[in-house]
Amino acid sequence: MTGTIAVGRSDVKPVAAPLAANRALSGPRVNGRVVVMTLYLLFLMLPIYWLVNMSLKTNMEITSGLTLWPRDITFDNYIKIFTDESWYSGYINSLTYVLINTVLSIAFALPAAYAFSRYRFLGDKHLFFWLLTNRMAPPAVFALPFFNLYSAIGLFDTPWAVALAHCLFNVPLAVWILEGFMSGVPREIDETAAIDGYSFPRFFIKIFMPLIASGVGVAAFFCFMFSWVELLLARTLTSVTAKPIAATMTRTVSAAGMDWGLLAAAGVLTIVPGALVIWFVRNYIAKGFALGRV
Amino acid sequence: MTKPLNNRAWFFVLPVFAIVAFSAILPIMTVVNYSVQDTFGNNQFFWNGIGWFQELLDPSSQLGEQFLSSLMRTLLFSAIILLIEVPLGIAVALSMPREGWTVALCLVLMALPLLIPWNVVGTIWQVFARGDIGLLGWVVNRLGIDYNYTGDPIDAWVTIIVMDVWHWTSLVALLCYAGLKSIPDAYYQAARIDGASRWAVFRTIQLPKMRRVLLIAVLLRFMDSFMIYTEPFVLTGGGPGNATTFLSIDLVKLALGQFDLGKAAAMSLVYNLIILAICWVFYTVMTNVDAERERIEA
Repeated sequence: MTGTIAVGRSDVKPVAAPLAANRALSGPRVNGRVVVMTLYLLFLMLPIYWLVNMSLKTNMEITSGLTLWPRDITFDNYIKIFTDESWYSGYINSLTYVLINTVLSIAFALPAAYAFSRYRFLGDKHLFFWLLTNRMAPPAVFALPFFNLYSAIGLFDTPWAVALAHCLFNVPLAVWILEGFMSGVPREIDETAAIDGYSFPRFFIKIFMPLIASGVGVAAFFCFMFSWVELLLARTLTSVTAKPIAATMTRTVSAAGMDWGLLAAAGVLTIVPGALVIWFVRNYIAKGFALGRV
Repeated sequence: MTKPLNNRAWFFVLPVFAIVAFSAILPIMTVVNYSVQDTFGNNQFFWNGIGWFQELLDPSSQLGEQFLSSLMRTLLFSAIILLIEVPLGIAVALSMPREGWTVALCLVLMALPLLIPWNVVGTIWQVFARGDIGLLGWVVNRLGIDYNYTGDPIDAWVTIIVMDVWHWTSLVALLCYAGLKSIPDAYYQAARIDGASRWAVFRTIQLPKMRRVLLIAVLLRFMDSFMIYTEPFVLTGGGPGNATTFLSIDLVKLALGQFDLGKAAAMSLVYNLIILAICWVFYTVMTNVDAERERIEA
């Protein structure tokens, strides 16, 4: 793995300019590129716009005919979600297990990432492949055994069950992202600190952590995101008290007929956390999804 | 710069090993345990040997036929997804603006679908594609095409594929963009001096440089589409009939719907082995590509 990582890193240069030289080559096609990009972005935004559009309408307006924008803007759907406990508790439950999972994943991954970035050791490549297979394993396979496992140890229907279950794919992810950032810190710093008389824990917290702070941020963001978007395990491991918002959405809809406006408003609110932080991680998105290997 | 060999590094890796083993090996052992037993409820289990596996892999039995058809549907789905998303992703990556504030804007807008909870992705398309209240369904129906994703299998497939393209093409595009950004300026200058055509630049400079990220993109898209569950579950629930019942949906139905533990466990294991095998192939190819590049650069 030594080689793969070193090579992978040499790719990640903070360069924005090199493609500029290509402009002359594709001079007459610039318009074509703008057209492709515009069409693609339009395709991406339309369904989201439609959801936002619907969340601001009354059910009367939604079912009575197609309107391209809300004629009679109402915030009733949002008010209902923020005042009805059965709705907002879903968000609180989701946030609880997502936060527990993020903290756990980062805490476990930090020392492991350090080991991967600084040393070779027995079985490191095999360990790497094994972690990769866990990221690829279908949650459907784990749904039933997790249900049994967490029922047996009395964690069923608590945020801890979901948080631990999501560690399956988030811990490997955090290890890889952190490892990438840590390998960017020259090893001389470790050695200098040791010579200066820093003990390892003090070096790690006082000197090393500030250097990889942005890496921790990026890793935390992706742990948060992947835990936030997962539904199958979250729904299987909870029933009442820890029910995530995703489950609240599906169940309420089937029970009370179709309250489209409310459903749309609940959907819009689940997009908000991602939309809020996306700006800060925009240059790391590819890295996060590719397990830190871009 | 080679890293020193130090087996004490294992102490640092141990916590990760423990927690991932707890959530991976333990459950898999439970599955193995169930897969060789039969139960009639009441927590009474009987030894069934490889009976479930025989039934599962025998297309003439009911279980085997069900498994085979879900597997075929899932493979077909993955193949279509890759054929659409990879070329489209490359095209989008090549269309990224070169510099300025539009780069950041494009990145943010492209990444947005990736960060939406999967069930909400299903909900968005459930609403968007409906004939009565959804923009897409309404427009398509107005164009004179009879379109109803809850009733017609073809329409259901098209809707799920369009939904997945909407959801995940940005991932391919972002990865390719990361690969394109790493191409040194000098390459383009050399190509300009040689008078290379746009196609030649793509074929000989951009595509080879994107090979590694494309490999990762194909791996991720294949795996994620092969285990897709939430989005089609919300959108069509596997229907109409069984038209969009992919492996994951089938498995969850069997395991948590009917509590058919033995059958579900056998199916889980076979499913997992397929994933493992494909994963290994990709991993080997990836490691080889990396090693080869390292040799060239050294």
